[in-house]
Amino acid sequence: MKDLLDIAPLGRAGIETLLDLTDHFVEVNARTIRKVPALRGRTIVSLFYEDSTRTRLSFETAAKRLGADVMTFSVSSSSVAKGESLRDTVKTIDAFGVDAFVVRHSSAGAPHMVARWTDASVVNGGDGWHAHPTQALLDAYTIRSRRGRLDGCRIAIVGDVLHSRVARSNVEAFGLLGAEITLVAPPTLLPPAVSTWPVRVAHHIDHVLDDIDVCYLLRMQLERQAQGLVPSLREYTSCFGLTADRHRRLGPEALVMHPGPMNRGVEISQEAADAPNSVITQQVAHGVSVRMAVLFRLLGSGQQIEAVSEDL
Amino acid sequence: MPDPFDLVISGGLIVDESGERLADVVIRDGHIVALGAGLSADRRLEAAGCVVSPGFVDLHSHLRQPGMEEAETIESGSRAAALGGYTAVVAMPNTTPAIDDAGMVREVQALARTALCDIEVAGAITVGRAGEQLVPMAEMASLGVKIFTDDGTGVQDALLMRRALEYAGGLGLTLAQHCEVSALSAGTCMHEGEWSSRLGLAGQPSEAEELMVMRDIALSRLTGTRVHFQHLSTAGSVAMVAAAKAGGLPITAEAAPHHFTLTDECCAGYDAVYKVHPPLRSASDRQAIRMGLASDAIDAIATDHAPHLAHLKDLPFDQAPPGMLGLEYAFALAVTELGLDLSEVLAKLSWRPARIAGIAAVHGGPIEVGRPANLCVVDRNQTWEIDASGGASRSSNVPYVGRRVTGRVRHTVFRGEAVVIDSHPMR
Amino acid sequence: MAERERRGNPPYGGSFVARTRVMNREDLIRAIRRMAHEIIERNQGLADVVLIGLQTGGVAIAGQVADDLADIEGSEVPLGKLDVAFYRDDIGIRPVLPEEVTDIPFDIDNRTVVLVDDVLYTGRTIRAALDALGDYGRPRSVQLAVVVDRGHRELPIRPDYVGKNLPTRRDELVDVHADGVDLGEIVK
Repeated sequence: MKDLLDIAPLGRAGIETLLDLTDHFVEVNARTIRKVPALRGRTIVSLFYEDSTRTRLSFETAAKRLGADVMTFSVSSSSVAKGESLRDTVKTIDAFGVDAFVVRHSSAGAPHMVARWTDASVVNGGDGWHAHPTQALLDAYTIRSRRGRLDGCRIAIVGDVLHSRVARSNVEAFGLLGAEITLVAPPTLLPPAVSTWPVRVAHHIDHVLDDIDVCYLLRMQLERQAQGLVPSLREYTSCFGLTADRHRRLGPEALVMHPGPMNRGVEISQEAADAPNSVITQQVAHGVSVRMAVLFRLLGSGQQIEAVSEDL
Repeated sequence: MPDPFDLVISGGLIVDESGERLADVVIRDGHIVALGAGLSADRRLEAAGCVVSPGFVDLHSHLRQPGMEEAETIESGSRAAALGGYTAVVAMPNTTPAIDDAGMVREVQALARTALCDIEVAGAITVGRAGEQLVPMAEMASLGVKIFTDDGTGVQDALLMRRALEYAGGLGLTLAQHCEVSALSAGTCMHEGEWSSRLGLAGQPSEAEELMVMRDIALSRLTGTRVHFQHLSTAGSVAMVAAAKAGGLPITAEAAPHHFTLTDECCAGYDAVYKVHPPLRSASDRQAIRMGLASDAIDAIATDHAPHLAHLKDLPFDQAPPGMLGLEYAFALAVTELGLDLSEVLAKLSWRPARIAGIAAVHGGPIEVGRPANLCVVDRNQTWEIDASGGASRSSNVPYVGRRVTGRVRHTVFRGEAVVIDSHPMR
Repeated sequence: MAERERRGNPPYGGSFVARTRVMNREDLIRAIRRMAHEIIERNQGLADVVLIGLQTGGVAIAGQVADDLADIEGSEVPLGKLDVAFYRDDIGIRPVLPEEVTDIPFDIDNRTVVLVDDVLYTGRTIRAALDALGDYGRPRSVQLAVVVDRGHRELPIRPDYVGKNLPTRRDELVDVHADGVDLGEIVK
């Protein structure tokens, strides 16, 4: 496995291997010395064309805890600002001798292009609206750690699915793991041809609250109102927000999840965010372990040897 | 320069609008001077096993000069055209600056003097292609411009389009439309559908094209003037054009090879070589384009040859410029993909577009004594693989790399001069 | 250990075919019992002794040793398991994913750690285990118990307790399982 660009090529088996591997890194992160030398001497570059301190730090922490060296190229750094093309930047960094790129970009497909230009491994840290595979993995891991298997788990993904790379990757990952997914959003915030997706669709959160095990809330961006996709944020909250009342109705068994950062009071209420059944902080914690598993899987398990049996 | 010596194309099967016959063709001083069996001349083009056809006419090529000479020049584009069997190309006016006045027309015509084919200059409909003010059509027409289009964008304002049609109609000129309602297509980079949904790319629905097709059919009816629809890409557009023609309206339409060969699924790897306006659409749209060409709802194949610099096509999909090369591949793709008789293919590449371009006196006409010698010799059975070089174009944004196709242009004769021999350009 | 070795060495894939049974079930039980006695003798009792079995082959053996120690001395020795996948030095040669999660639910500072594995071969696994232990604390000493020492050491590592010394060729494989110990080879 050279790159992690999308969830689908992993298949169910690949996802489960990564989740099993994550257990090991959760153990490492529970130690006093949260470090193993597995990727000692490797160099991992974060190439972040979109500002995202949280995700970038999560990846960099993961890399360092595996003993790797880390290089950071973020949107504020000079060569990117000077308008150097993505390709030239990748080729320059490649010339230093690096083992992996973690790429976040506002254009869908950018990590796929990077993977064509370098022999180093490429991890998609989020590309436009398209995919965020490590987020989906940490979300799946969080659900698994609280509820066991995801087979038959009823998950509602609520919010701006159209523009959400998190939603796209989650639908793929949860679907491969056997969950039943319902997308909850106004039609203007659903992707085109959503009828071809393996999901149910609802246009009001009240229609799903009684029948779900996980309520996954997406961030509602303030710009969507300006773009005419929703009449107002107030109306959005009234139909789709997880208010305190709705949170009570959801019940303490169901999980409340959010990829962060939250717009408290818009898609999620204070009460819901801080409740015992909210696993939002665990999602963040698991993010480091999941990313350690991904980096180890790509770089640490040795050369790809074709004839080795499938369990690897 | 026309060859002063006799040239004979020998052993070929002539296929033109009037039918097919085996005959040699002798050319002198840029004209056909004899047809018959076993003829000879000072120089000989071998055509045994091949078909001799009137040269092809492309209604739609972007030759990038002036303004983007690094990507293509009139000369390099004309060389690619000649290799593709074209003896005439309509050059699109979305150059920098746009071809929106007589001075620009003269400039392009001057550059075209050394070309390997005839360059028909198309003018913009509006000044700067900004969609606000009409260009001096009469003045430009007096220099020989017959087709006007804002191609690259459509005329968004219905009132302006009405006035443009009325004015052009009075002068006997043809307006061609790039049908795209920008309110529905702004910010998009591919077809809206299952694939754009999966890939997380903003897409434009078929209706972005169809709404303007519908509007301009209505305006044609209102004004009684001719409209030519460029690069149709959707099943709905084909159906509307077919119905409009059946209703007797003076509507013509073209389709590009990529729209009858490729689909939106090609975008799956995010390779911007597949980015084009109008975008590659669904498999059922592709099928409708093929059926439209078979049924004459679509009159002509037009390449929409659009060269782009490699580093620009190397940008992320949503940032890269749209467009693909086409001049050297159109014949082969038409033979391979359409499943039509060769004479139908040649009609769509040669005599129908020649009529729409208003140059039927010189191009596309029947191969008979006295007519100008603008011809091509094609081998409908030769298979070859399209490579990544981009051929004679200065650019190489080819979406067909590695594709095996059948049908190759062997020779092209332009004004009596053999500009392409054995698939090689002579200058 | 044989499982993982089999997968990691050329010819890759294929299946293990046993040629000789070098220890039967009773031999194995007796050898482990003897090593348990030796551990008690060497350490003059079991105070501050902890057992850590190495994934995968050493875990079951360590369990057996722990049972024997409890039977002989009447005291429960703390038992842990360690996967050294993240500490291997042969990354790039052998693709190896960890199996069961490391679980060392006790403090190893100032203890005598007895590492338990099924087969001792090049010594690299033990070197990795010593590095891993260093990340958990600072033991007073580390001792090594193996069921089979098959020779071909590549590092200066020696076992303190050995079930059986077994000279082997490099292309052979040793498989320790519930019913004994087999010597065999990989057949593709």
